[in-house]
Amino acid sequence: MSGILVVLEQREGKLHGMSFEALAAAQQMAAELSLPAYAVVLGNGIQPVAAEVAAFQFNKVHAVEHALLADYTADGYKIALKQLIELHHPTWVIFPHTYQVRDFAPGLAASLSRVLVSDVIAHRVENGKLVLVRQLFQGKMNADVRCEGEAPYFASIQAGAFRSENARKADATAAVEVMTPAIESNQIRTKSLERFRESQRAVDLGAAERIVSVGRGIREAENIAIVQRLAEAMGAELAASRPICDNGWLPMERQVGSSGQTVAPKLYVAVGISGAIQHLVGMKGSKTIVAINKDPEAPIFEVADYGIVGDLFQIVPAIIEALKK
Amino acid sequence: MKIVVAIKQVPARDSLLKVDASGTWIDDVDLSWEINEPDAYALEAGLQLREASAGEVVVLCSGPDRATQTIREALAKGADRAIHIRSDETAADPLALAHTMAKALESEKPDVILTGLQSDDLGYGQTGVILAEVMGYAHATLVMSIETVAGGIRIKRELEDGWFQHVELPLPALLTIQSGAAKLRYATLMGIKKAKSKEIRQVEAGTAGSAPSVRLERIYLPQKSKRSQIFEGTPQEAAAKLVDKLRFEARVL
Repeated sequence: MSGILVVLEQREGKLHGMSFEALAAAQQMAAELSLPAYAVVLGNGIQPVAAEVAAFQFNKVHAVEHALLADYTADGYKIALKQLIELHHPTWVIFPHTYQVRDFAPGLAASLSRVLVSDVIAHRVENGKLVLVRQLFQGKMNADVRCEGEAPYFASIQAGAFRSENARKADATAAVEVMTPAIESNQIRTKSLERFRESQRAVDLGAAERIVSVGRGIREAENIAIVQRLAEAMGAELAASRPICDNGWLPMERQVGSSGQTVAPKLYVAVGISGAIQHLVGMKGSKTIVAINKDPEAPIFEVADYGIVGDLFQIVPAIIEALKK
Repeated sequence: MKIVVAIKQVPARDSLLKVDASGTWIDDVDLSWEINEPDAYALEAGLQLREASAGEVVVLCSGPDRATQTIREALAKGADRAIHIRSDETAADPLALAHTMAKALESEKPDVILTGLQSDDLGYGQTGVILAEVMGYAHATLVMSIETVAGGIRIKRELEDGWFQHVELPLPALLTIQSGAAKLRYATLMGIKKAKSKEIRQVEAGTAGSAPSVRLERIYLPQKSKRSQIFEGTPQEAAAKLVDKLRFEARVL
């Protein structure tokens, strides 16, 4: 088949939220390139999930079924998907850019002498070919990327780049084709143990109406108090970007971003946060975004409604004063 | 245990970047350079692993002449020796780079290869995973901690949304290290002194065997997706305008 094949992520029979965004991306690309669209889910006892996917507009849904795919392993997924790709020859293989995809998709592409275009934020079609847009330098630059040579081509889609509500359902359900890949247990080299969480979360940032968030620009742990005062003055929860929590200046449960919490409050104030993509995916759905940063080119200003360029150590106290009036 | 840590030199974090005349890369003339921050955590993990299990830490770095500075800094922090792949290629195809790295490591046969989870410049987040594939090593990504166990290693890896997982791997293995998992050490004066006499093996990058399958066509400053209102003036003036807008325009206070 030539066509667009989207690899959907599921765990214990539940599709990952970003799977629906990748699904929408694949349908849109297929329509623009006039190619058929296919989906694949992998697992053990995967057919209920395949049936759920078959309600969407696809030419076919592949259910890759094997006892050794019950739990995710990079080896198992690479072996199974390589066999599916070699059987059906898709033009494009599209993934959601999840942690799991980052773990196996680069190796899968390499096993077929291809390079995955990771973390795609947009696309366009030029002369019948896909041009993919991805970010460089922590979001300070964008790049247009093309795949060359023979198909298959591989791309992973960043969170929030496509909207899951654009995923089109079909009038008639798509056919589900079950495939049983050849995998031997000695080919799975790693052993994954139980998933666990370190601690119960005491703060639910997801429920906060207002969030004031602090980043690297604060320079020292002692300075966090300045931003804490701003949060209090605004009636907001205090949050942070990853480096602050890595340093132990604030607990991990206050971290916003791809490795922390995803939030969408009424007001999000980013103080001294440059806006690396890992942070932006966690907060760009906020209704009103304020950025305070010394660098006018910082990517955080790309998503900000209001901004002040300058020294946060002067600006934050001035805002606290202004709030008293 | 022989531990290889693959590191990269990238523009310093606060650099103001400009697109160069070719439109396909940044103007790198006046930039200052530093170790890719995630790789600094991989180096730290490598040094700690050596301290726990004995052996040596070999730094592997692909880059032009200026990368020597970053390599010396890694040696000063405690790496035993280094391999410098001489390459002027800036936006290297990660698959071609992985093949070059695998070739440079042919005679080394490391037990463990560590690298940062991604680079702060290209941000592919995949050179390590590809290197594992090319070398036939088992791998794990986003690793927070490593311990040696009978028959291999046991690592803690980060999953999404605050979840973690332990994974057992046989050796040899490649691990990409999550940033922030450990405190970074500083180079000591003694370390800096010793680094000057440590071996840096030079390897020529050679030419790629096949045409790259991905081409970086153009780079450019991102378009703003929202029209932001930037408030100017003194901090007091800007703050007053901001508070006014938040109260009466956005109505969020």
